[in-house]
Amino acid sequence: MASKIYECIEKIGNRIIEEKEFLTELDREIGDADHGINMARGFSEVLAILPKDSDNIGELLKKTGMTLLSKVGGASGPLYGTAYMQAGKVCAGKTSLTPEDGKAIFEAVIAGIQKRGKAVKGEKTMLDAIIPASEAYSAAIDGGASLPDALDAMCKAAEEGVEFTKTIIATKGRASYLGERSIGHQDPGATSATYTLECIRDFVKGM
Amino acid sequence: MVGIVIVSHSWKVAEGIYDLAMQMASENEHIIAAGGMEDGSIGTDAMKIQEAIENADTGDGVAVLADLGSGIMSAEMAIEMLESDIDVRIADAPILEGAISAAVTSTSGASLDEVIEAAEEARTASKLS
Ligand SMILES: Nc1ncnc2c1ncn2[C@@H]1O[C@H](COP(=O)(O)OP(=O)(O)OP(=O)(O)O)[C@@H](O)[C@H]1O
Ligand SMILES: [Mg+2]
Repeated sequence: MASKIYECIEKIGNRIIEEKEFLTELDREIGDADHGINMARGFSEVLAILPKDSDNIGELLKKTGMTLLSKVGGASGPLYGTAYMQAGKVCAGKTSLTPEDGKAIFEAVIAGIQKRGKAVKGEKTMLDAIIPASEAYSAAIDGGASLPDALDAMCKAAEEGVEFTKTIIATKGRASYLGERSIGHQDPGATSATYTLECIRDFVKGM
Repeated sequence: MVGIVIVSHSWKVAEGIYDLAMQMASENEHIIAAGGMEDGSIGTDAMKIQEAIENADTGDGVAVLADLGSGIMSAEMAIEMLESDIDVRIADAPILEGAISAAVTSTSGASLDEVIEAAEEARTASKLS
């Protein structure tokens, strides 16, 4: 029987693969038209190699990260690769997670992406979805909100982050070559990060 | 001899730079092109770069020349994942000119620091004067 963590990663992978064309279109506007192709290639391989029945959360996240690192090809490879591997470290040896673990995962993921890509909030990258999502989630949990409410707040913040990327100039990644012409377009990586968070929310709510 | 790894999104670019460098460093067997993805598509693959670094090292260290964006990020990941203790540095240099300077300098028996320095000088060298 497939483990919960496998099913969650599978849900994310399937969503990314479904959105391949759209993510690639977004990257055509402000990049090199490959974000969806890159991510779908990575997740196809993840779904092919991940052991379905293992409930070792740390191990599955690490394997996902290593596979994305090698198969994605674009900047999102080392960035998502690092993100999943850092999440895997936080979850080492765990077979279940608490709402508090979610906060620790976010912190490790953000630190990893920032170390790798040297970007901060406001540079029109995936961080513009992930950082506000993390802040909203942690604030909700700390304020005593229920897990479903915290996950809703997380996704709402991520979606607002994607909207925000339309208003700013890219200063990191391929889109930075466009300068001001990058305004008006949403960031592909922030979009795929938001899909990821939505899948996690929907999965956890359905558990 | 210091090894050299050429990292590009395109295997054609990496192979092409390798060919140009080899014209001036034909006796150097420690220059390796690590371009593109396993299936030939455009992109960078940290695992492929890691393997190239391991194969390029003779004990004297390895200089990495990379193109843009994920070229650098994947090379950094590759270096972090190395299992053996190899002295590796990424040159902050244009990939083509840097690779040629590095190849020539390495072939003369220079140290890793000297190879990196030679590659990085290519960043400021004027082509028109
Ligand atoms: N330095 C960075 N820090 C954080 N996110 C980044 C950075 N550079 C790019 N990104 C994210 O990666 C997304 C693009 O991913 P994609 O898979 O298309 O890689 P790419 O830009 O084509 O890679 P490459 O560097 O190989 O050209 C961007 O939309 C952005 O969200
Ligand atoms: Mg791209």
